[in-house]
Parts: sequence; C-alpha cells; structure tokens
Amino acid sequence: MSEIVTFTLNGQEIKAPKGDLLIEVAKRAGIEIPAFCYYEGFSLQAACRMCLVEVEKMPKLQPGCTLPVGEGMVVHTESPKVVESRKSMLEFLLTNHPLDCPVCDKGGECELQDMTFRYGAGESRFTEIKYHENEKQWSPAVYYDPARCILCYRCVRVCDEGLGVGALGLTYRGVHAEITPSHGDHLQCDECGWCIDVCPVGALTSGTYRYKSRPWEMDHVGTICTHCSNGCKTTLSVRNGEIIRANNRDRSGINGEFLCVKGRFGFDFVHHPERLQSPLIRRDGQLVEASWKEALETVAAKFAEVRARGGKFGVIGSNRTTNEENYFLQKFARQGLGTASIDHHRTGDVPTLLDALSGKTGALATIGDLYTAKAALVIGSDLAQQHPLIAYQLRANFRHHQMPLYTVTRGPVREDQYSKRALRAEPGAEMEAVETLREDLAKHESLTIVFGDSVKGDALRRLVAFGDSLGTKVQYLCLVDYSNSRGAMDMGLLPELGPGYHAAESAGMNLDQMLDDASLDALWVVGANPLERRGLASEAAFVVVQELFLTETAQRADVVFPAASAYEKSGTVTNTCGEVQRLKAGPRIMGTKPDLEIMGLLAKEMGLNLGIWTNDKVFEEIRRTVRGYNVALPVVATGGAAPTMPVNGRVLAPASAELIRSDGDTLFTSGSLGRYSKMLSSVMEAPGRLYEEKPAK
Amino acid sequence: MTFSPELEARFEKMIGLYPPGRQKGALIPMLLYAQDETGRITDELIEEVSKRLSVNKVEVEEVLGYYTMLHREPRGRHHLQICTNVSCMLVGGEELWHHACHKLGIGNKQTTADGQFSLEEVECIGACSWAPAMIDNYDFHLRVTPESFDALIESLRQKQ
Amino acid sequence: MLFNEPHPLEVKVLTKRFEYPQKDPIWIDEFLAKEGYAAFRKALEMPPDDIIGEVKKSALRGRGGAGFPTGLKWGFVDRSSPKPKYIVVNADEGEPGTCKDRVLMENDPHMLIEGCLIAGRAINANRGWIYIRGEYRYLIDILDRAIQQAYERGYLGENVQGSGWTFHLSTHTGAGSYECGEESALLESLEGKRGNPRLKPPFPATSGAFQCPTIVNNVETYCAVPSIILNGGEWYAGLGTPKNGGTRMVCLSGHLNRPGVYEVPLGYNLKQLIEEFGGGVWKGRRLKAVIPGGSSSPILTADEIDIPADYDSLAKAGSMLGSGATMVLDETTDMVKLAHRVMKFYAHESCGWCIPCREGTAWLEKMLRRLDEGIGVARDIDMVGQLSHSMLGRTFCALGDAAAMPTISIVEKFRHEFEAKLAAAQSFAPEPETQPLVVL
Ligand SMILES: Cc1cc2nc3c(=O)[nH]c(=O)nc-3n(C[C@H](O)[C@H](O)[C@H](O)COP(=O)(O)O)c2cc1C
Ligand code: SF4
Ligand code: FES
Repeated sequence: MSEIVTFTLNGQEIKAPKGDLLIEVAKRAGIEIPAFCYYEGFSLQAACRMCLVEVEKMPKLQPGCTLPVGEGMVVHTESPKVVESRKSMLEFLLTNHPLDCPVCDKGGECELQDMTFRYGAGESRFTEIKYHENEKQWSPAVYYDPARCILCYRCVRVCDEGLGVGALGLTYRGVHAEITPSHGDHLQCDECGWCIDVCPVGALTSGTYRYKSRPWEMDHVGTICTHCSNGCKTTLSVRNGEIIRANNRDRSGINGEFLCVKGRFGFDFVHHPERLQSPLIRRDGQLVEASWKEALETVAAKFAEVRARGGKFGVIGSNRTTNEENYFLQKFARQGLGTASIDHHRTGDVPTLLDALSGKTGALATIGDLYTAKAALVIGSDLAQQHPLIAYQLRANFRHHQMPLYTVTRGPVREDQYSKRALRAEPGAEMEAVETLREDLAKHESLTIVFGDSVKGDALRRLVAFGDSLGTKVQYLCLVDYSNSRGAMDMGLLPELGPGYHAAESAGMNLDQMLDDASLDALWVVGANPLERRGLASEAAFVVVQELFLTETAQRADVVFPAASAYEKSGTVTNTCGEVQRLKAGPRIMGTKPDLEIMGLLAKEMGLNLGIWTNDKVFEEIRRTVRGYNVALPVVATGGAAPTMPVNGRVLAPASAELIRSDGDTLFTSGSLGRYSKMLSSVMEAPGRLYEEKPAK
Repeated sequence: MTFSPELEARFEKMIGLYPPGRQKGALIPMLLYAQDETGRITDELIEEVSKRLSVNKVEVEEVLGYYTMLHREPRGRHHLQICTNVSCMLVGGEELWHHACHKLGIGNKQTTADGQFSLEEVECIGACSWAPAMIDNYDFHLRVTPESFDALIESLRQKQ
Repeated sequence: MLFNEPHPLEVKVLTKRFEYPQKDPIWIDEFLAKEGYAAFRKALEMPPDDIIGEVKKSALRGRGGAGFPTGLKWGFVDRSSPKPKYIVVNADEGEPGTCKDRVLMENDPHMLIEGCLIAGRAINANRGWIYIRGEYRYLIDILDRAIQQAYERGYLGENVQGSGWTFHLSTHTGAGSYECGEESALLESLEGKRGNPRLKPPFPATSGAFQCPTIVNNVETYCAVPSIILNGGEWYAGLGTPKNGGTRMVCLSGHLNRPGVYEVPLGYNLKQLIEEFGGGVWKGRRLKAVIPGGSSSPILTADEIDIPADYDSLAKAGSMLGSGATMVLDETTDMVKLAHRVMKFYAHESCGWCIPCREGTAWLEKMLRRLDEGIGVARDIDMVGQLSHSMLGRTFCALGDAAAMPTISIVEKFRHEFEAKLAAAQSFAPEPETQPLVVL
C-alpha cells in the first residue's frame, strides 16, 4: 500500500511503511520507547518527553511519539544521551509528585512506578518544598488528586475524542496546571470512568475501589457485562468474595478498554443487601424462607399436577440468563411441561431481519465491523445512551477514518455531532426520512444500518428492500436491549419459534396472552419482571420465579428461587450482533444457584430426562442443534467473541410486532437490575433521558 | 444577562470576525471586555458567554485558569499592576513594589478594605525603556518613583 | 505619548513619519500625505511572486525573536490552496525588555495595516487579525480606529481600492500570557483556547489559524514591508549587513543614561549602541553585562559586546538578537538575583504542557530563590546548570529553551558571584547529598 522505508534502529535494519510513528514501529520490532502521553488511537501530545530518542543528523533529541520514520534514518533509543534524558524527565516528574505510593490505589499497577523502576534514578536531588493541591471528589464515581497527576492528558482525550463528551479540560498553568471537570467543581458526564482506567498514575481514582485493595490481592475474572446487549468484556476484580472493581485493562475482547458506567460501576447490585439468599414459599399469604429441598419439591409437585390434568402453563424466560439456560428452559417447557406457551420480553425484531436476509451472506454486522464500516446509518436509537459500545465504535471509525454517518432519530443524539445528515422522524415513521437519504447512501462503497425497536415487521422488510435497492453492500444490526436478549431469541424463547428459528411444532401463548389469560394455571418466570407495570389476570395461577431480588413479579410468586447473577456463573451469552462470548464466574453469593442448576434440579425432582444440565454439555448440544451456533469453540473458550453463522433460510417471523418494545434504558438504568445498583442511582445524571443531547459543538 | 448597549454592539461585531462556525475565537476578548464591565467573571457570565458562543463550560473554565488577566474574584476599582521584571527591577521596580505594598497596606492580589485599590506584581508589561512602569486598570504610568506613586494614589483618591 | 527623543544617528525607515514629541497617532490623512499606502498601491500592481521576491531580496528577518527570513516564510504558503489563507500579526510583545511594537502601533498604526495588506496580497489572503496583548488596551482602541478609517477609505473591506480583492482586518485581544507570543500558542489563543503550543509540523504556513494556511509575523516585520516594496528589496538589504537586511527597533533599558527605543541599522555595533544611543552606563558606573535580545537570550559580559548586532554575529557570540530588547547591567548588579528573577518569570509563564518546562522552571525558581536569599548549598550552583541542560532542547516549545539558555550563561559567566553569595551566607541546614525517593 504505502511506501516502505528502511532505517536503522539501535543498529538493526528495519523496514516499515513510510510515515508510521517511530514509537509504533519500534514496538513492533520489540523495542520499547517509554511514554506517558502517547496513547494509541488518540491524538498526539508530545508533552511528556519520555519518548525522546536520538536521531543522527538531528541536533535535538526527537519525540518518538510524533516522529514519522523516514528512509535512511539512524535512530538510537538507548544511547547515553537518551538514557540521561529519560532519567531527568522522571526526576522532573517526581519533584512535585507526592510519592504516597504506599497508600495509592495504583501502587503495583502504576506506570510511573514502572518507568521509574526501569529508567529512573534511585534517588532525587529535589529538596524543595513540594507544590501541593488537595484531592477533590468530582462525582460518586470519580475522584481527582492533582498532586499525583502527571498531566499526560489521556483522560481528557478519551473523554473528548473517544466518547464525544468532553467533560474534562485543563486549567491553570505551569506547575499549577491541573485537570478540571465539566462543571467547575463537579463532573457532569457519562460517568463511564474510563478516565480512571487510562490514568497511568493514581490521580484519578474510582469511587467503588479507592483505598480498598492492593491490585495483587484480588482475583481478576474476565467475563461479559450483564447490562446491555453490546457485550463488553469486563474484568471483575474480586476480593474476599466481593467484586470491588470492574475494568478491562488487558484491552481484550470486542470493546478494548471501553466500558460504560454500567460495565465499570454497575456491578454493585451483586452485593445489594436485598439480594435473595434463600428460597421463599408462600405460606398464609406471606413469602417465607424455606429450604431448597422443600421449594423444589413444592414446585415439582405443582408442575406435575398441572401437567397431569392438562392445565395451562406459561413460561417466561430472561434477557439476561445464559444461552444454556435459555435453551434448557425452552426444552423444559416444550418437552418437560408439554407447553408451547413460552416467551420473553422482546426488544428487537431479529426474526424478521433474519428472514428478510435469507439467502444473503455477510449481511450481519459485528461490533468489529462498525469500526471498519465505510458508512453507517442509525435509525431510531440514541446510541450514546442505549448502546454505548456501538456508539463508541462508530465514533472511533469516524475519528480514524472519517466514516460518514447518517442519523434518523426522534430527537437529538450525540452522533449528530459528527453525522453528515441528521434527520428527525417519529418512531415507526422513519422510513420516509430514510428514503430521502437514498442518493447520499448509494454513493458509499458499503453501508451499515443500525436500527432500534421501532423498525420492525413490515417497516423492517421495507428497510431491507431499501438496502437491496441501493446497489451497494449493506450490513444490518438489529439492536436489542440486554446482555442476552439476542440469545433468548436464538434459543427459541418464542411461542412460534424454537431454537435456531425453526418453526415450533405448535404455537402457544405469547407473553401478553399469558398474562391476560385468566385461566392460566401455572406461570414460571426465570429472570424477568413482567409484572413490573401490570397485573397478572389469573388469580389462581401458581407462580414460580427465579430471581435475584424480590421484584414485583417475585412478590406475586408462590415459590421464589434465589438465582445467581451473570457475574456469578459460567455459560455463554450472545450480544446484539450475534457474537457468542463466555461468562466466567466471579464471586459466589451464599444461598443462590445458577438458573441452569435450579432448572436441572427441578427436572430431576420431576423425574424428567432433559439431558445433562452442565454448561458444557448444554453448550455442546446448542452447537450441534441450533442453527448458526456451530461456532468456533477455541474462540469462545479463550474469551473471544465468535459470531454466529447467518440462519440463511426462511424464518416464520412472529406476526405480533407490537410485542417488540425496548425498555428504553439509558446509560444509567438497566431494567429491574439497575434499580439495585447504588452507583447507578447515585450519580447525578441518573436516570438519564433519551434524545436529550445538546446541539453539536 | 444583559450588557451595556456599547458592549452588546461590540459583541455582535466580534462574533462576525471569525470564520463561520468558529465563533469560539471571540471567547477571550468577550470574557475580557465583559469582565471590564462586570468587575469580575461570574458564574452567570460564564453561562452567558458559553451560550452565546456555544462552547462547553469546561472550555471556558480552561481559559479562565490560564489567562492572568481574567479573574473570578473582585478587584479594587483601581487595579494597580506593578512590573518587577528585569528592566524594571534594574531601575527600582522592586522598591516601587514594596513601597506600594506599604503605602496601601496590602500584598499581591489583595484589595484595600475600601475596595479602592488592588495590587498585583506583574511580569513585563512592555514599558521597559521607560521603567519602572505600572498600569492602573489600563492606564500606563512610566518612570514611576515612590513619590510619583504616592501622588498618583492621592489623585485617584481625590477623583472619587 | 511614549517616545523618547530621537537620536541623530538613527536611520529612520519605520519611524520616518514620527515627530517628537508626537501628540497623536498618525491618522489616515496625515499618513496618506506622507507616502502612506503608496507601497500598497504599488503592490496591487505586482504579481504575488514579485512581492515575495522583493521581500526575499530585502533579507528581512523576523523581528519577533527567531529571526526567520520573512520572504521564505511567505513563500511556504500554498496560494492555490482552496482553503482561506490568513494573516496574523503577533503584537503580543511579551519578551521581557521589549517595548518596540507598541511604539510603532501607537504612532503609526496605518503602517502596520499597510504591511498587512501587502502581506495579504502576497499570499492571497482575505482576512487578518492583529493579536495584541490585553494590557495594551489603549493600542487596541488606536488600531480599531485606524482600521475603521481604512475601511472608510476603501483600504480594507470588499474590493479594496477597486482591485476586486477583499481584505478584512481586525484586532484580537490576549488576556495575560507570555506563551501566547509563541506563534502556535497565539493561534490557539486566537481560536479561543488556552495558549498551549501546537505540535509542529504542520507549521502555520500549512495549517495555522483555524487550520488554514497562515503567516504569523511580528509587528515590526510587517511594518518594514511597505518601505521594502516602495524602495526595493535591495535598498533595504543595503541598510544592514549581508543576510541581515534593514533597520531594527532596539529597546534599550536598564542602567543607562538614555534608555529608550531607537531605530538602528542591523549590524550596528552593540557597544557603540550602548554608548552612543544609550548614553553609556548611568551614574558613571562600569558596565558588567548586557542581555542583547530579551531575557531569553544568553547574557554577554562587558568584554564580549564589541560586535555587530545582527542575527548571525550575535549567534556566533553565543547569544541572539532576539526581539531587540537590550538590557544593560552595571557593575552593581546582583547576578544571582537576576538569574532568579528571570527564572521566576519563566516559571510563571510556563504553560505547563510539557514535563521538563513545567517542573524544571518551578524547581529552578525555588533553587535560585534560595541561592538569592543566601540559603543555598554548594551543589546548587552546579545543579542549576545541570537542570537547565536537562530542559534545554527537550521541551515542547522554545519557552523551555528561553528559560534554560540565559540561566546557563549566567551561571557559567558569573559563577564567582554565586559562590560569593554562598560563602557570605550562613549555612542553616546540613547539606543534603541526595534524598531517598520514598520517605516514610
Ligand atoms: C515563548 C515564546 C514567546 C514569544 N513571544 C513573542 C512575542 O511576544 N512577540 C513576537 O512577535 N514573537 C514572539 N515569539 C516568536 C514567535 O513565535 C514567532 O517566531 C514570531 O511571531 C514570528 O514572527 P517574525 O518572523 O516576524 O519574527 C515568541 C516565541 C516564543 C518561543
Ligand atoms: S516548553 Fe512545554 S510547558 Fe513550557 S511553555 Fe512550552 S510547551 Fe508549555
Ligand atoms: S509519548 Fe512522546 S512526548 Fe509523551
């Protein structure tokens, strides 16, 4: 592609594309050029001067972070001059640094410590009084200690360039210079806490983690965030059975370092005092604690009885339980209970999309594709609020490749800041506006269309027809709400469709019908809260609920099983793009069991043979039998994201498009789960609103 | 927030002096001129300016901390800025500075109790060939001696 | 009005219209009567390349400090770029010791406007800004009025002098920052931001104000242009020494009998300058040292100053011509105090962007203050030099160098004064050799 140059790096001949930055080229050659302010993917600062290297024929040392490699250049990164310069930069840096490493959160993970260890002097000649400024709390999530700050501007850049929020700036000057938050003394932002993560030192600390632990005292468990459907990878740091931090510092997974406020701080629901830790049985109208044995026996007996008399079951699955659990649940319902009335809260019209795309390949976008897409169209979603990672990917694509973006939304969205055209349209009426973009869209080499819950049924078919008529390659992304909303559909938690979107033998009641049916005999709800805003018509129905908390639905239950959350179990989930990723259990909460285990025990109690109910076995069955799920095992097993294969056949799409409705969660809400996160509800931005972005800068 | 008609007219003109969409260019002049009228940078002023130029508050905050002439605390009616940089120092700038502090009974960036005078030790103000020099608000005084400083203070007091 | 009595030896090019004592600025009628805008009218008939050619021939070098050849700088602008091109005047005049730009603007504001017009023509610009430091409010008023006059007489605005060419000019105020005199920081400030310098390349000629091709020059540089166009580049070059064309405004300050701003040809002997123009060292004292180009320039001792004052000769002598500020120090000057005062300035003005300047100037300031107050320790003297060297050439912009260079030279050339101060002082503290990094 670009011209290749040959140059000398520490006596070694190196070839690299002309114009590549020396610091990157050196890294590829296995030579570290130390840096604080350089941060891959973000704008260049050349401020820390740690990366100064010697280039022959240049009078001054040159910053490797901004120096493009050129033909015949002779570079030394370890010459005496360079080594001396680095040492003095560190000496300068440490002059006003408090050196409170023994009590600093970052101790052990600190880049300044590491650099000093490697390149610094063992002593300081600085004997003056240090300039000091006290620590400040900017928000429940973010604290700033100016004395520790080395002004690398990483936080400022990730906030502005990465997220488009721009809540951090720089104030004062000289040695007094410090980072300042958006509103004088406090932050008003996305509260994503990314600034804390990129901070090379302990200047930015996290409200949930500060002064709690040393990094090496924790277990670090890589799993998938349980909140929205984007499927960010997150590393839970667990100490004494408690999650005290979540981040993705190893930058693995589809999100790199990115996490939103829910991913980084919204894990605290796990340890909420109202967490259910014992089964409950209704006695004399009251839910009282009971043993697992008793609860299982009660439910098994009741289910067997209803089944024996041919009574009516309703089964409602979850948007957050694993694929294994969802698969097992539908199997339990269809084979074990003999009912076809199984559903879940649907948040996007995936079946119609798959049907409309039948016969096409490569028409489904992955999270990674969003970064390389040549153009994108967003319909009916406030991405920055609802789908933070997708918003981030598109923004990064724009930032690095100037990708043209179009938005058709009901109100202003953050993406307007950089979109080529931003149109307003009422939900359901977006296609008219989309039509007006035809000429613009057809110009692009390829196009990725991201759409929310208002594009469904016929509108969605129209959208695909529109895409077909553009004459360019089009990829689609159907947005859904929660961490495994997509998996719930794929696994057949639908009355009309079984796993892999095969038509079910017989169609049962859908979710609304179950709740409206006054003659329902038994309702089994796994990890969902359908009664949050409405009642259950059948007063006589025996209700079994598997839950973390005593939600509205659990309060109506006859038996409640305390379930483990996604952070406490293994299995797989599928994100909104159809990428399968693996969960790993972090802490265990006493008294709870993973839903799969609860269902397995119930099956055993009822004497049903539904196969072995361990994660691995069920996943194996899924891979064998569910269309699209024959994914690469090593990818999943090693913590990667394996895209499911397109279904590529007709799908009998459910007709009831009105059942598809997104909860409209914001950055600070997460269905019923979000209510139990103290952090999410304590930030001043909560609960947040959709379509409220300020006009573009 | 409203400003005097003259200032409003100036602002209107000012915003047009920068390329389309880049009206943030007017930020610093606007803050400085507004401050001259309101005495200091208030939260209300920040709000108003950020609205008029459609900039974030943090962008205003960044600038406020950087420029020494922008200030959030009120100053005296006469803000006396005395230069002690090299050229002035060589010919009595420091003595003048100390004299001023004694005379007014205040130190750097302080204001007299009656709100009449405030003092600031400033860096070179571009009057080096006519040193020692000082500025009263925007009026330059050159070749200032302790005696002429006293006289100046007297005359400023009289004017009141 | 600021202007000292002129000196008979002055060569008046920029100051040719000045009268002493000057009562009012030279407004447009008087300006026109004294050959004003004649150069611009001539330039309107010239192809841009010829204008730049004349400026190149004139050997005019930037008067802001760096002395970069002006014609060369203008030539870097891609005139055919579809982006707008801009003219920026650096009237920040922040270099300690410098007070010449204000003299030019105060007395002859139209001369600057004419210079801008010619430059605008040369690079095909349609807009310019004069960035003036906030303290010079009265000059902004003068320039605003002059600009208004130029608009009224058709020298600015649309269809300038019937040429079909549009040129707008306005003033822009700074608000207290030396760093904003650095051209890229100035552009940031013009865009409404903090005066942090920009990464270079790209240089302003490619991407300057509002990311468009821009030339940034000092007030005096622009002011020289009309005379060059009117009288020819060769004439102007002939006034100075080879590669150092024309005259310059020199600001004499410090311990002199006749401090003031004078116009002299480039290459005028520095020693003579001080004696003839400055009237020699005051109070009959002897000369100790001279800071020849503003506080950023390395100091010269009394016996190093018998040299021509032009860019190349001063560079050869280990210093620089800088901004034309010449500060003269008599034998009584306390050099330690001087070093401290200079560093105090840079520590105050460092923008804080890069580590070595931010931390280095603050550290040095503290150390020099101690030395000055007589509580230094012996190793401080070497360390001042070492730390300055750790800054030199390693900072993001030239402010770090500006802080390091004079300090290095003062310590080198006047080490004995530092030692004397140390010896005279009581030592209060045992001398720390080094300090462990972590003190628990
Ligand atoms: C720290 C610093 C401060 C400066 N201050 C000024 C200044 O106040 N006025 C000025 O004209 N140039 C100043 N300069 C020089 C400018 O960066 C730039 O070189 C000049 O405006 C170019 O104009 P010229 O070529 O006409 O000299 C400064 C440079 C530095 C590094
Ligand atoms: S040298 Fe560095 S800190 Fe100093 S003014 Fe320049 S960029 Fe700012
Ligand atoms: S990484 Fe190059 S200066 Fe910081």
